[in-house]
Amino acid sequence: MTAVQERSVSTPTEAPKSRPIEVKIRRYNPEISDEVTWVTYTVDAFPTDRVLNLLMKIKGEQDGTLTFRRSCAHGVCGSDAMRINGVNRLACKVLMKDMPDKLTIEPIKGLPVEKDLIVDMEPFFEAFRAVKPFLITHGNEPSKEWLQSQADRDRFDDTTKCILCAACTTSCPVFWTDGSYFGPAAIVNAHRFIFDSRDQGAEERLEILNDREGVWRCRTTFNCTEACPRGIQITKAIQEVKQALLFRRV
Amino acid sequence: MQNHRYDVVIVGAGGAGMRAALESSGRARTAVLTKLYPTRSHTGAAQGGMCAALANVEEDNWEWHTFDTVKGGDYLVDQDAAEVMCKEANDAVLDLEKMGLPFNRTPAGRIDQRRFGGHTRNHGEAPVRRSCYAADRTGHMILQTLYQNCVKQGVEFFNEFYVLDLLLTPNADGVEVASGVVAYELATGEIHVFNAKSVVLATGGFGKVFKTTSNAHTLTGDGMGVVWRKGLPLEDMEFFQFHPTGLAGLGILLSEAARGEGAILRNADGERFMERYAPTIKDLAPRDIVARSMANEVREGRGAGPHKDYVLLDLTHLPKEQIDSKLPDITEFARTYLGVEPYTEPVPVYPTAHYAMGGVPTNIEAEVLRTNTDVVPGLYAAGEVACVSVHGSNRLGTNSLLDINVFGRRAGIAAAEYALKAELPDIPEAPAATVEAMVAKLLNSAGTEKVNTIRTELQNTMDRNAQVFRTEESLSECQSDLEALRQRYENVAIADKGKRYNSDLLEAIELGFLLDLAEVLVVSARNRKESRGGHAREDFQERDDENYMKHTMAYRGPDGSVNLDWKPVVVTRYQPMARKY
Repeated sequence: MTAVQERSVSTPTEAPKSRPIEVKIRRYNPEISDEVTWVTYTVDAFPTDRVLNLLMKIKGEQDGTLTFRRSCAHGVCGSDAMRINGVNRLACKVLMKDMPDKLTIEPIKGLPVEKDLIVDMEPFFEAFRAVKPFLITHGNEPSKEWLQSQADRDRFDDTTKCILCAACTTSCPVFWTDGSYFGPAAIVNAHRFIFDSRDQGAEERLEILNDREGVWRCRTTFNCTEACPRGIQITKAIQEVKQALLFRRV
Repeated sequence: MQNHRYDVVIVGAGGAGMRAALESSGRARTAVLTKLYPTRSHTGAAQGGMCAALANVEEDNWEWHTFDTVKGGDYLVDQDAAEVMCKEANDAVLDLEKMGLPFNRTPAGRIDQRRFGGHTRNHGEAPVRRSCYAADRTGHMILQTLYQNCVKQGVEFFNEFYVLDLLLTPNADGVEVASGVVAYELATGEIHVFNAKSVVLATGGFGKVFKTTSNAHTLTGDGMGVVWRKGLPLEDMEFFQFHPTGLAGLGILLSEAARGEGAILRNADGERFMERYAPTIKDLAPRDIVARSMANEVREGRGAGPHKDYVLLDLTHLPKEQIDSKLPDITEFARTYLGVEPYTEPVPVYPTAHYAMGGVPTNIEAEVLRTNTDVVPGLYAAGEVACVSVHGSNRLGTNSLLDINVFGRRAGIAAAEYALKAELPDIPEAPAATVEAMVAKLLNSAGTEKVNTIRTELQNTMDRNAQVFRTEESLSECQSDLEALRQRYENVAIADKGKRYNSDLLEAIELGFLLDLAEVLVVSARNRKESRGGHAREDFQERDDENYMKHTMAYRGPDGSVNLDWKPVVVTRYQPMARKY
C-alpha cells in the first residue's frame, strides 16, 4: 500500500513542453502531376505525441490535401504503416519523445503509391490469400470444441498476432526487387496454420510455399522482424517453415 | 456513376458484418461494403473476451448470464433479446473455435474462461469464470478468424467504399422497403449505386463525438446517420458507455480483463476504493458503476497524479508470467504510450467513451424497426450500430463480441432468406442525387470553417457536458453549443477538391454525421430525468421505473429537429429490483 503511494508521488509534476518539429513528407498525386515533391511542414509536438498526431495536425490545421490512412491510432488495426526516418513503423506507435527534431516520412516501399502516403494494398492481400490462410480440417467436426493443449496453442501464438499492416513485407529487400515474392506477412500467416495442431492443410500450404516465389527467396536479413510493430519473430517463423519443408514435419 | 445488383448488401466488415457475410454469401449473392479494409475494423481492438456459459471451468448456465445481462443493463434490456443472445452464446463461441479461433486453453485442452465485470454465479453471489478469451486480443482473433473464413468462402468485398445513403422504395402496398445503398469510392471519387433485395447495416458506433475515447478515428456513426436522415428512428441514444480504464489523457483501452485477472483500482491514498461502492464484487462491478466511482474519487480530491485527475490500476501484485501470458497487449500499451512499467508501477487510468448502447432499433430477427412495432422489410442491422436491445442502459463487458456474433449471424441468415423470396425492388428516381449533392456542396464550398476546428469543439463540449455525469444545465449548454456548430458546419470548406483518395472530403461528411448523432444523444439525455446505467443525471440521481423504464425513440423532424417518443421494454422473467453489487 505504501509502495503505491510513493510511486504515485514520483509522477513528474511539471507539464511536458512542446517543441517544433520539421516534418518532411513525400507528396504525390497523379491527379495533379506525375512528379513527386517533398514538402516540409513545421508543427509543435509534445513528447507524448505520436507521429500520427503530427500528421493529423498538419492535415487539420495546415494542409487538408495531405492524404494517409489511419483508424485505431494505437497499433492494432494496421492502417498507418509508413517509412519514418528510413524505417517502417506504424505512425501511431512512434512517440515523439523517441524522435529527433526532423522527420522524413514516405510511403512503405514495394507497393504502388496511389497518393501521398497511400499505397495499393491489393498485391499484399493477394499474397496473403494465396497461402490459404484459414483452418483446414477433414472429417467429422467434434460436437463441442476441438481439443488443444495450451502447449500446442503456444506453438503458433506468435504468428497469430499479425495485423496485416505490411510493415514487414515492404521492408524486405527481396520483395522490393521482386514483387511476386510472397513476402514475410504471407509466410507468417501460413505459419500460423501450419503449426496449429487442429489444422490438416499443412501439406497444401507447404507446397505453395515451396514455389520459386516462396520461402526459399528469404535471405534472412531480419528487416521484417525489425519492422514488425507486433514484435513477431518473423525470420524465426520463416526458418521454421523452411525446416518443415526440408523435413516434411511440423 | 456505376450500378451494381446483388441479393444482399452488407455495410461494414467488422465482426457483425463478416459474421453476417459468412451466412449470407453461402445462400445468396452478397456484396460487403466497408470504408476500411476488413481487418482494420474496430472489432480488432476488443480485448478481454466473449462470454458464454460453457461451464468449462466452473458451474454456469445461460439463465445466470441472462440475469446478469438484464441487471447489468439496469432493467432497460429487452429480455427476449437477452435470452436469445445468452442461449446462442455457446454455439457462437464453438462456431468460432471450429473456424480456427485460437482460444486460450484449460489444462484439459478445452476453451479457457475467466472472470469479467458483472458476470456472476447464481444471480450475483460471486464473480464467475464465463469469458472465453485469447490473451487480451480476443477481438483481434475474432476479426482475423472471420476474415480468414471470408477468404475461404470467397466473400466479395468492396474495400474503401463509404456508404452515404440508403435507398428505400415503396412496394405495392405503399410500404417502404430497402432497395439498396449509395456508396462513394475513396480511390476514385466515383459514386456507386447498389441495388439489392436486402441490406444489412453493420457499421459500428460513433465514439468520435467524444474527445476522450477508445474508439477509432473512423467510428463516426455513418450507418446510424444515414438511417437518421431517412426519417427512421434511433433508440436509446443517451446511453453511452464510458469504459473505466482508458489510459489517462489518451483514452486507449485497457481491458477489464486486467481486473478479471486480479488487478485493483486505487486512489491517490492507495485505497481500494471500489470496496466502498460495490462491497460484494468490488473492482468487477459493471462498467457504469466503476466509471462513476472513479470520477467521484477524482471529484472528491482523491485522484492521483500532479493534477489529481486520474486513478491507478494496480497490477504489481500479479505474477509477471500471468501478465505476460494473459495481458500482453495492454501492458505494452501502458509502456508505449505512458512509459509506465505495469510489473512495478500502477497505471494511470480514467473513464473513456467506449460503446453506444443505443442505435438503430431492431427486433430479435435483426429487422430494423420504423415504429415501435413495424419493420422496414429487407433492412437489417447488427452489432454496435443496432439496438436490439441486449445491453439496455449499460453493456456488460464481453457482451459486445457476443452480440456481433449472435446477431450478425441472425442478420445474415434473415437477410439472405428474405432475398431468396423477394423480387429485386426498383430503385428510386435519381438514386444518387442525395450523395451527389452532399459531395458537390463540400467540393464547391467557399466557406471559411475548418473540419478540424468544428470537430474539436464538438468533442470538447461533449466531454465537458455529456460525459459520465450530466445535469440539465450541462446538457442544455451542450445542446446550444451543438446548434451553433451545426450552423458553422454549413459554412465548412475543404482544401482537397480532387477525386482521388479525398479523405479531406470524407472527414467533412463524417463530421456531419457526428453532429447529427451528438444532438440526438443530448436531446434524448435531457428528456430522461432519471439515472439509469450509463446515463447518470446529478439532478435526478435515482432510477425512476414508474416514469422511465422504457426506451427512448428519436425521430428526425422535417426541419432536422429531434422528436422523441417511447417504446416499452420487453420483460419476460425479471422484474426490476435495486441494483446492488
